[in-house]
Amino acid sequence: MEKIPILKMGPFLLVTIQVDLYDRLALSLEADLVQMVKKTAAKGVLIDISAVSIVDSFMGRIFGNIAGMCKILDAETVVVGMQPAVAITLIELGLPLTGVHTALDVEKGMKLLTSKVDIDIESDDDLDDDHNTI
Amino acid sequence: MEYNIPKLLQKKKKNIIELWITNQLSEAGLREDLISNEEIRQQSEELVDSFVSNLNQENIEDVNSGDFDGVIEILSGISITRARQGFSPRETGAFIFGLKEALLQLLQQEIKEDKETLYQATLQINRLLDSFSIVTFETFIKGREEVILRQTDEITEISTPVIRVWDGILALPIIGTLDSARTQVVMENLLQEIVETGSSIAILDISGVPAVDSLVAQHLIKTVSATRLMGAECIISGIRPEIAQTIVHLGIDLSNIITKATLASALKFSFQSLKLEVKKVQVVKAVV
Repeated sequence: MEKIPILKMGPFLLVTIQVDLYDRLALSLEADLVQMVKKTAAKGVLIDISAVSIVDSFMGRIFGNIAGMCKILDAETVVVGMQPAVAITLIELGLPLTGVHTALDVEKGMKLLTSKVDIDIESDDDLDDDHNTI
Repeated sequence: MEYNIPKLLQKKKKNIIELWITNQLSEAGLREDLISNEEIRQQSEELVDSFVSNLNQENIEDVNSGDFDGVIEILSGISITRARQGFSPRETGAFIFGLKEALLQLLQQEIKEDKETLYQATLQINRLLDSFSIVTFETFIKGREEVILRQTDEITEISTPVIRVWDGILALPIIGTLDSARTQVVMENLLQEIVETGSSIAILDISGVPAVDSLVAQHLIKTVSATRLMGAECIISGIRPEIAQTIVHLGIDLSNIITKATLASALKFSFQSLKLEVKKVQVVKAVV
């Protein structure tokens, strides 16, 4: 069975979906991703769906679920690169994905993730600084 | 004396045309700005010609006879052109009723003695011309409806421009009522433009929307949510006080949407969130 690779990038996980998602693939992605978040203690997850052209309500729910699960594990989720047609479909299906952050492309998504978690990093830095001064 | 009405009319074709044109030209509401006298003459001649040459003893009683197909075609053509040129229904009606008038006048002149035949002929001509008038009106209205349909299409095309006001800021002024079909067009245009320009803020200006009811609000919320899904922020601006009142009275929740009163304040907000600053240039006076 094919698998969607989950890449670790610093404190974040990067998932690029290059194939059309079918239900089982989406479910296994959900499971793998949650495992990875736990294993790497990631602070953020970035899902690139720019190549996804077809979504249904199930897929919409999966994205919502992933965001919810990651939130519980203290990681922010950003979905990037959604196609206009996909966005319209999700809205028409009544799935505005309220818990999910979105960005136009990977670059902007990364910036958003960094800004979301940089408070933590800064506070870590502050701690380091304190140690240094002492 | 036996009268053959079709033959008589054919013989007197010239007189009919002259009578009819005189009728038309003496009409108070003659639209010289829309149509020239030559054109009137040409149209009238063509129609009378086709009418009298297709008329015979059999079909004078039968309005639906196939012989009149040519006449009806010419009539429809004239009617549709007139509808497009902007003639009023009254003017178009006067055109065809003028022909009836001319025909009846001629019959009165020609058949003076035999009242019974005159009566019969008048009835027949009346019936025929009435049916032609109906055709005229049908096509006239059809022509008008085509104009309206085309204009509706044009309005939908024109009224949804996506303007790039700044690098990364799009504005979309909506003018006219928002219905489902238009929302779809607006949404598609906006999302497509967001992808193409990579903009992160879209301003939806509704100063040109006459009224907001719960359905329109629903459409607005949909557009905003779709923009958000794309990863851009959507600001609604140009909310008039009356619309604000309606929105609250209808109990529509816009609390999770950024709303601004004017396009200017929406733009200011966009600059702030893009960390841009607009400054007045400091004029340094040259010291001589």
